[in-house]
Amino acid sequence: MEKERSFYQRLKEKGVSRRDFMKYCTALTATMGLSSSFVPKVAEVFAAPAQRPPVVWLHFAECTGCSESLLRSQYPYIDELVLEVLSVEYHETIMAAAGYQAEEQLHNAIKKYEGKFICIVEGGVGTKYNGGYGKVGGRSFLEIAKDVCPKAAAVIAYGTCATFGGIQAAAPNPGGYKGVGEAIGMKTLNIPGCPPNPINLVGTVVNYLLLGKLPDLDDMGRPMFAFGSTIHDKCPRRSHFENEEFVEEFGSEEAALGYCLYKMGCRGPETYNNCPTAKFNDGTSWPVEAGHPCIGCSQPNFWDTMTPFYEEM
Amino acid sequence: MHAAQFQHDHLVHFYHLHALDWVDIVSALKADPKKTADLADNVSNAKVGGSAYYKQVQQRIQTFVDSGQLGPFSNAYWGHPAYKLPPEANLMACAHYIEALRLQARAARMHAVFGGKNPHPQFLVVGGITSVADLKPDRIAEFLYLQKETQEFIENVYIPDLVAVASFYKDWGAIGGTTNFLAWGEFPQGENEPESLFMPRGLINKRDLANIPLAIQEKVAENVTRAWYEDGPDLHPYKGETKPLKEDPKYRPDGGKYSWFKAPRYEGEPCEVGPLARVLVAYGKGHKEIKPLVDATLQKLGIPAAALFSTLGRTAARGLETIAIGQAMPGWIMELLENIKSGDTKTYTSWEMPDEGMGLGLNDVPRGSLGHWINIEGGKIKNYQYVVPSTWNFGPRDDKGKLGPVEEALIGTPVADAKQPLEVLRTVHSFDPCVACGVHVIDPDSNQVYKFKVI
Repeated sequence: MEKERSFYQRLKEKGVSRRDFMKYCTALTATMGLSSSFVPKVAEVFAAPAQRPPVVWLHFAECTGCSESLLRSQYPYIDELVLEVLSVEYHETIMAAAGYQAEEQLHNAIKKYEGKFICIVEGGVGTKYNGGYGKVGGRSFLEIAKDVCPKAAAVIAYGTCATFGGIQAAAPNPGGYKGVGEAIGMKTLNIPGCPPNPINLVGTVVNYLLLGKLPDLDDMGRPMFAFGSTIHDKCPRRSHFENEEFVEEFGSEEAALGYCLYKMGCRGPETYNNCPTAKFNDGTSWPVEAGHPCIGCSQPNFWDTMTPFYEEM
Repeated sequence: MHAAQFQHDHLVHFYHLHALDWVDIVSALKADPKKTADLADNVSNAKVGGSAYYKQVQQRIQTFVDSGQLGPFSNAYWGHPAYKLPPEANLMACAHYIEALRLQARAARMHAVFGGKNPHPQFLVVGGITSVADLKPDRIAEFLYLQKETQEFIENVYIPDLVAVASFYKDWGAIGGTTNFLAWGEFPQGENEPESLFMPRGLINKRDLANIPLAIQEKVAENVTRAWYEDGPDLHPYKGETKPLKEDPKYRPDGGKYSWFKAPRYEGEPCEVGPLARVLVAYGKGHKEIKPLVDATLQKLGIPAAALFSTLGRTAARGLETIAIGQAMPGWIMELLENIKSGDTKTYTSWEMPDEGMGLGLNDVPRGSLGHWINIEGGKIKNYQYVVPSTWNFGPRDDKGKLGPVEEALIGTPVADAKQPLEVLRTVHSFDPCVACGVHVIDPDSNQVYKFKVI
């Protein structure tokens, strides 16, 4: 009880009410597909982890949009994730160390936490020309991935590039880019999306902290709680699809009425993700709500398989 | 939407990608919270503050340090002699670093309101936008509220912090400058472009602010002599080629190829792009919002206009344009509301893909000037080239040996300890690089090459 009181006291000091926090935990628990009895346990994870799990975050061929998406996490805000929930040992964008000291920090973290750290990978891995098209500190992404990933407790491929190769893997793929798992022949937990929803990473990490294991995965290594159904299955515009009420041109009356975007090339029917229910930026919106067809950004070989956009499947 | 991008980007850059080059977190532990509160009251109108607040922030940092898990703050240059802020200023900046982390998550919601999500909003299509259902009073009010909250932080916290930190680093007004500047300009306020641009288009030759010609896109060409592409002549982007070497590229800074960036040139000259270029162009042209902001800041710091051509000037310019753009935003949003009121809710214009054609787009985005060029043949894209801000700033030497802007800016940087080149980071980060870039420092005594990466 003492611990609980101090935790809520701490939240209060930060301007977060107990009610807000429990609301968040309830939403997260639901997103993860756990029963409501887990809500207090989810709260507990944020209250006082014994030791913050070490995270090594590798940046390969990417735009840093996945990291940016994590910065947009609210409840918990990123400062809590970084200062009180996780221990982000290496992350090129947010870490203060640079250059030689950054490389040393990576080396130290892997040595100190071998077999215990979570490795989160953002970006694709080049395999052609010895992986020479992408390097950090003179080492190719391929070499770094082969060195670091096998030493982790779990490898999470965060985003479409790390999962499936992403835009640099689109034809003609001059650098031979692949998802990290395929590039080094290793199983990874995959959270695709361009960018992925931060709640899906937070949910995965909470699952790990709570149950000591990673969440249930589908045959592509994606957490079932987030990727168990298609966009189309849960789309709020689904009834328009059933009623054959379609948008056929942007800017039309049908577009203003929020009709189904299937004929505008929506990839919702073949795209597995929880965008319609989780939404983005603290539930502000998601692409279909903004009247834009789903472009299938979390699907395998996104770009080659999903283009040309705006054309019916 | 684009202005919201500027507000968000510049805020995150200042606090989360650049501040720790100037602010020593470890020193903040030695601060007196009461004195910190007094300092903060003196320099800013921050909403949150007071000695209890700073005590709590300090305790939070202490608990974090005591945990022995320093995470992203491990192995940095804490205690480096180039850090000049007193502990209280460090604690104030650390507190605002955390506040800004939270604020940016809310500020990004501006994009999500009309764009579906952030990052990577999805609402723009050729011909217009798709979020017609969000052009309603409640959504516009949501956007306005978020904008107001963000702008308040920019005016009451970001800029006062910037000025407070800068006052300890005035010597950086003579370090890290470049020579030529290019701005395509941004924020059209009418049908005429470039005349109606809020941030004007212009070119500055050899720091001459008295005579700023219009920048002409035909004068742009890219050189690949020192870049990892097949050799060829200088090409305008309409004819541009992107032929990466089919090999494991070798880093050959001494005469060979050493970069993935091409070297863009304007009439053969490298140009810096970004907030400093935009603000200098506006300042030189006597911009009615930008000029007084710049003059007041120079006066406050007691430094001459020549000090703008520096790392300090670059970081200050970023903050000043953020204020000016943020102040213009409510007017732009009210225009939208007026349009809706008068029944003008057109969001899209029909179009057809031409069989043949050429086109281009010139913008200024937070990091600097951005140009896109397209060639269409047989109803398909035949060539598409873009020259982005970091290519201008971080591009390598050309065939004539002319340095890229960042290379030029780094020459003469004093480095107290070659093994801990904090000073180099300051200048490189001040350009807001969209890249993990590699640089080398050579110790003149031992000739030892220290490799380090700027991120």
